Amino acid sequence: MNNDEGGPNDPVHNGWNPPSAKLDGLRETLNHLILTSDGRFQLFCGALAFSAVAIFAWVVGYLIEGAFPVLDSMGYKFFTGSTWSFDQGIFGALPFIGGTLYTSAVAMMIAVPISVGIAIFISEIAPKWIGTPLGFLVEMLAAVPSVVFGIWGIFTLRGFMRDQVEPFLQGSLGFLPFFEGRTFGIDKLSAAVILAIMIIPTISAISRDALKAVPTSQKEAALALGATRYEMVGTIALSYARSGIFGAAVLGLGRAVGETMAVTMVIGNVNSFSWSLLDPGQTLSSLIAANWWEAPSGTVQQSALIGVGLVLFVLMLAINVVGRILLSRVTKVGRVRVE
Amino acid sequence: MGESSAKIETRELDAYFGSNKAVKGIDIKVKANHATAIIGPSGCGKSTFIRCLNRMHEVVPGTRVTGEVLLEGEDIYSRGTNPVDVRRRVGMIFQKPNPFPNASIFDNVAYGLRMNGIRDKAFIQEQVERSLKQAALWDEVKDNLDASGVSISGGQQQRLCIARAMAIEPEVLLMDEPCSALDPIATSKIEDLIFDLKNDYTVIIVTHNMQQAARVADWTAFMYLGELIEFNKTKRLFENPEEELTERYITGRFG
Ligand SMILES: Nc1ncnc2c1ncn2[C@@H]1O[C@H](COP(=O)(O)OP(=O)(O)O)[C@@H](O)[C@H]1O
Ligand SMILES: [Mg+2]
Repeated sequence: MNNDEGGPNDPVHNGWNPPSAKLDGLRETLNHLILTSDGRFQLFCGALAFSAVAIFAWVVGYLIEGAFPVLDSMGYKFFTGSTWSFDQGIFGALPFIGGTLYTSAVAMMIAVPISVGIAIFISEIAPKWIGTPLGFLVEMLAAVPSVVFGIWGIFTLRGFMRDQVEPFLQGSLGFLPFFEGRTFGIDKLSAAVILAIMIIPTISAISRDALKAVPTSQKEAALALGATRYEMVGTIALSYARSGIFGAAVLGLGRAVGETMAVTMVIGNVNSFSWSLLDPGQTLSSLIAANWWEAPSGTVQQSALIGVGLVLFVLMLAINVVGRILLSRVTKVGRVRVE
Repeated sequence: MGESSAKIETRELDAYFGSNKAVKGIDIKVKANHATAIIGPSGCGKSTFIRCLNRMHEVVPGTRVTGEVLLEGEDIYSRGTNPVDVRRRVGMIFQKPNPFPNASIFDNVAYGLRMNGIRDKAFIQEQVERSLKQAALWDEVKDNLDASGVSISGGQQQRLCIARAMAIEPEVLLMDEPCSALDPIATSKIEDLIFDLKNDYTVIIVTHNMQQAARVADWTAFMYLGELIEFNKTKRLFENPEEELTERYITGRFG
């Protein structure tokens, strides 16, 4: 998609030339790159750009190589098995895939409505002098380090969840399997709440931009037909901005899936999956963080953790690619419909 | 014309963008079931003026209106008047066709009805067909009502917007240079349409095209620098204007 640079595939530079001319051209290019300061600058920047690609390949290579022993011993059961035992050497990562997707999904259920509400408030309702600082503050949530959220989660959020939120949920919705068990505060629900707080800045900021990109002519058309501002947002603005909001949600999901530190601190680190949000659990990332120092170098235990890292990497890659594609399509549409 | 026959009347109407006064003390009485054109050089406040007539001026942040706008004798700016109710009675067509791209042709026309809480499917169906016929678009889209509102040509889109505005049966239609984005054939279709519409609606049309004003309007208002310079029968205004400024404008001798 990114074809704005003239690389080796550039048709203009790739045309057929007689061999001698080709050699001359090559020599000229090399001379330019090595002998002129402009050329050396280009070379330097090119090297930096390619070093990013090299590091990406290095990491992927390391993950695949490191995961090989566990994949060799477990086979496909590494992805589908639900027993995980360091001592017995059985490694099924399904509970952590489940724990990751489950906590992230709950985090999305909390974060998306709140973020869209914030975005609507800032872009459509609040006067500028409230909306601008409010948007800034929400985005500043993204500047809080993960470990700080973790500490806050253990010492503050935990008590609130244990004493207020969880008893309330159990009292009103306790018949559902999602709210069974003891209210303890160190569990999947607390992890999901922290994840939600951490992804609200991303989702609300991108959703706000998507809503701000809705053409005035569209909003005025609705208002002039007797829609209230509320109806206009619900029917026209959200519909126009929907792919942007969807892309924002997917990028937020990508962040939630990979988030490690805060989740490791509040999720309870129990290596099994259950549907009750009030039970502790484990995600792919928290499993690695909580167990890394117990897995000696070169053992199958360590390989298993690297394999979990590989699964996490593939999951996040897929989510981010989908999110980017959605967002790029939005901006393309926006360009076509420019006022 | 007598006071009682004015459909819309403004009294000392001022409109501001921040501290910039774009409409200055306009007093005008517009007759029911006539077409009235508003002409004047670009930037003289024509759009701002008609946007005061359905309370659309105030949707732009930082704006303000003073004075009165009487719709059948009642001030639409009086305390307790809901702008939403005003806009249902006074429809608006914008300069650039703005159908909803994510809605079908049918749903575009039905939008205002649905926003008015109408759920009766048969009635909506009937009203959509009637409005599309009235906007002279029915024959061109009747087999294609599920297509997107932006899948048709620019001229058709503007007629769709007219149908969309008429579906909620407003009493007044405001049109802000409705043909400025259209080719001559599409323009003449819309002009014919306006000519028919004025039998049932009070039409106020802003145009920068004096021939267009002469063709469609019974009355014409000439604005300059935010003020109403002359308001007269169209024929009179173009053939024998009372004001020298009007004369200079229509003869193209403007400094
Ligand atoms: N959105 C806006 N914000 C600030 N000033 C505006 C805006 N729209 C119009 N104006 C100003 O109001 C005056 C009248 O504009 P307008 O009503 O659009 O004129 P016309 O429709 O006759 O071309 C102009 O001087 C213009 O600069
Ligand atoms: Mg204008």
